[in-house]
Amino acid sequence: MFENLQDKLERSFKVLKGHGQITEVNVAETMKEVRRSLLDADVNFKIAKDFTNRVKDKALGRDVLNTVSPGQLLVKITHEELTELMGSEHEELDLSGDPAVILMAGLQGSGKTTHSGKLAHFLKNKKGKKPLLVACDVYRPAAIDQLHVVGEQVGTEVYSNKEEKDPVKIAKDAVEYAKQNGFNAVIVDTAGRLAIDEDMMNEISSLKDALNPNETLFVVDAMTGQDAVNTAKEFNQRLDYEGVILTKLDGDTRGGAALSIRAVVQKPIKFIGTGEKMDALTPFHPSRMSDRILGM
Amino acid sequence: AGKSKVDDEVLDDLEEILVTSDVGVDTTLKIIDRIEERVSKDKYFGTEELNKILREEISGLLEENNSGSETEFVIPQQDAPYVIMVVGVNGVGKTTTIGKLAYQFKKAGKKVVLGAADTFRAAAIDQLKIWSERVDVPIVTQKMGSDPASVAFDTLQSAQAQDADVVIIDTAGRLHNKVNLMNELGKIKKVMKKVIPDAPHEVMLVLDASTGQNAIEQAKQFTRVTEVTGMALTKLDGTAKGGVVIGISDLFKIPVRYIGVGERMEDLQVFNKYEFVDSLFGEEQEA
Ligand SMILES: Nc1nc2c(ncn2[C@@H]2O[C@H](COP(=O)(O)OP(=O)(O)OP(=O)(O)O)[C@@H](O)[C@H]2O)c(=O)[nH]1
Ligand SMILES: Nc1nc2c(ncn2[C@@H]2O[C@H](COP(=O)(O)OP(=O)(O)OP(=O)(O)O)[C@@H](O)[C@H]2O)c(=O)[nH]1
Ligand SMILES: [K+]
Ligand SMILES: [Mg+2]
Ligand SMILES: [Mg+2]
Repeated sequence: MFENLQDKLERSFKVLKGHGQITEVNVAETMKEVRRSLLDADVNFKIAKDFTNRVKDKALGRDVLNTVSPGQLLVKITHEELTELMGSEHEELDLSGDPAVILMAGLQGSGKTTHSGKLAHFLKNKKGKKPLLVACDVYRPAAIDQLHVVGEQVGTEVYSNKEEKDPVKIAKDAVEYAKQNGFNAVIVDTAGRLAIDEDMMNEISSLKDALNPNETLFVVDAMTGQDAVNTAKEFNQRLDYEGVILTKLDGDTRGGAALSIRAVVQKPIKFIGTGEKMDALTPFHPSRMSDRILGM
Repeated sequence: AGKSKVDDEVLDDLEEILVTSDVGVDTTLKIIDRIEERVSKDKYFGTEELNKILREEISGLLEENNSGSETEFVIPQQDAPYVIMVVGVNGVGKTTTIGKLAYQFKKAGKKVVLGAADTFRAAAIDQLKIWSERVDVPIVTQKMGSDPASVAFDTLQSAQAQDADVVIIDTAGRLHNKVNLMNELGKIKKVMKKVIPDAPHEVMLVLDASTGQNAIEQAKQFTRVTEVTGMALTKLDGTAKGGVVIGISDLFKIPVRYIGVGERMEDLQVFNKYEFVDSLFGEEQEA
């Protein structure tokens, strides 16, 4: 459905060349194509606008117009800029402390419970940890059962208390339980919530205050559209989270939300989720994400 | 506010509102072209008139919701149970919407049966079971890992034996680019026909309002495999506007039937396109 940006630009430059002189005005036309491509990929409206302005200045600085293949060079510059914006290096989790505590947060259905399981699997198999999963979603029907099934799949104990309705109390008790039973990492699954739900946002801030986690991770669906910036910003204002997990990238979404989120909160995307299985978790690579956003 | 004619600035603002509501560039340009056309015909054109025309043009892209009255949950009257199969990608709100629908149909005096044909996701069966208890309607289940088509078959048979009015079948979330999982839906459909030849009467695609342009591809692929006949748009209680359904409804000629506005049983409404269009131009958005 989406035409490759590079092909599109090459084509439009050919047309331009047919008209003789290539000017700054013409570049502005081509930047419209770049902008459109970003919008089709769900990059936020304002961010796409600022971004293309920056790329335009950079392109003019490099005298793109007099090169043999201006389209290719423009795409290259766009790609470089995107990659830089999304953070060039992969950032590791902070797993210091005994136990290290990871708090999961995000909208409904984004993939928190599944990714709690994936993280447990990762910590166990890649980091030599003994993790404990904690069921702090006391609302969603069968949320606790779901985490138990996930825990079983990854061979990790799950701490839950179906009698207790206060997630803060459950989480604190779980950390105590972890200390006494030799678990050196604790992963806290929480209920999905909307950023505008005051009570639920207070709840997750209280959880963070009570736990003082090493990592609070914002779990977000890669298919998210223009609203990604609002949500990422609101959660960040309340939680000042350490990083982001971008889920469901095994689909064919171009995932422009990645750029929007990074640009608006300046927090690293630490992992991407690429499936429903427990090993479908991989480190984030900005350059590959740029390929994807540009449809390459 | 206070502008007296439709100039470039007004159209730029309009573009921003539409794109930031996830309407998408294609559909946005289509709408703006139509507005421009009408503006050029009628030279003196106020903002008030623009709003009216905008409402007309956008609602014109949304397919008519033929379920009868605009505010009630109704299904066609027929001899065999009316079968609704619910499909969509992961986590959009399928199971929750089924619980809410069951509640509404039951309230309307219908006999409802649920089928837990998501036998894959962790505790998906328990989740639907809790909904069936909340709403107090019967449910047909098998154990996790069993064949979803077989669950659907059992459910339809049981519904027929109970002389039920409505059957709602839950399915596992699946990304539309996974060929095997998509084909499985075709199989579930086929098996249902062995019990009720023209079932399912409705294939409902659930879309999450926070989803961006990928929803178009979702609609395309689910329609290809299951011939989607209606949509439900969930999570409209958040800040996302769900504007992508405008283009989808227009492209694939599928009506939006319901909207989800929360996590409670009561939080489902019949879609009203005028209210929906108004909500796009409601509060000023900040980005
Ligand atoms: N294809 C795919 N599906 C995923 C991925 N991550 C999660 N899912 C699926 O997405 C759906 C929702 O995942 P959950 O882990 O239940 O999401 P959640 O954020 O815990 O949801 P709530 O607790 O209801 O807010 C499930 O069907 C998962 O199997 C992923 O990376 N790829
Ligand atoms: N705020 C809000 N949350 C909703 C709405 N509909 C569903 N949810 C929540 O979204 C999450 C996912 O809902 P489910 O019904 O489990 O979604 P699903 O499509 O069945 O998910 P899978 O079976 O895993 O693919 C749950 O936390 C629901 O409570 C809605 O209209 N508004
Ligand atoms: K979602
Ligand atoms: Mg969960
Ligand atoms: Mg479900």
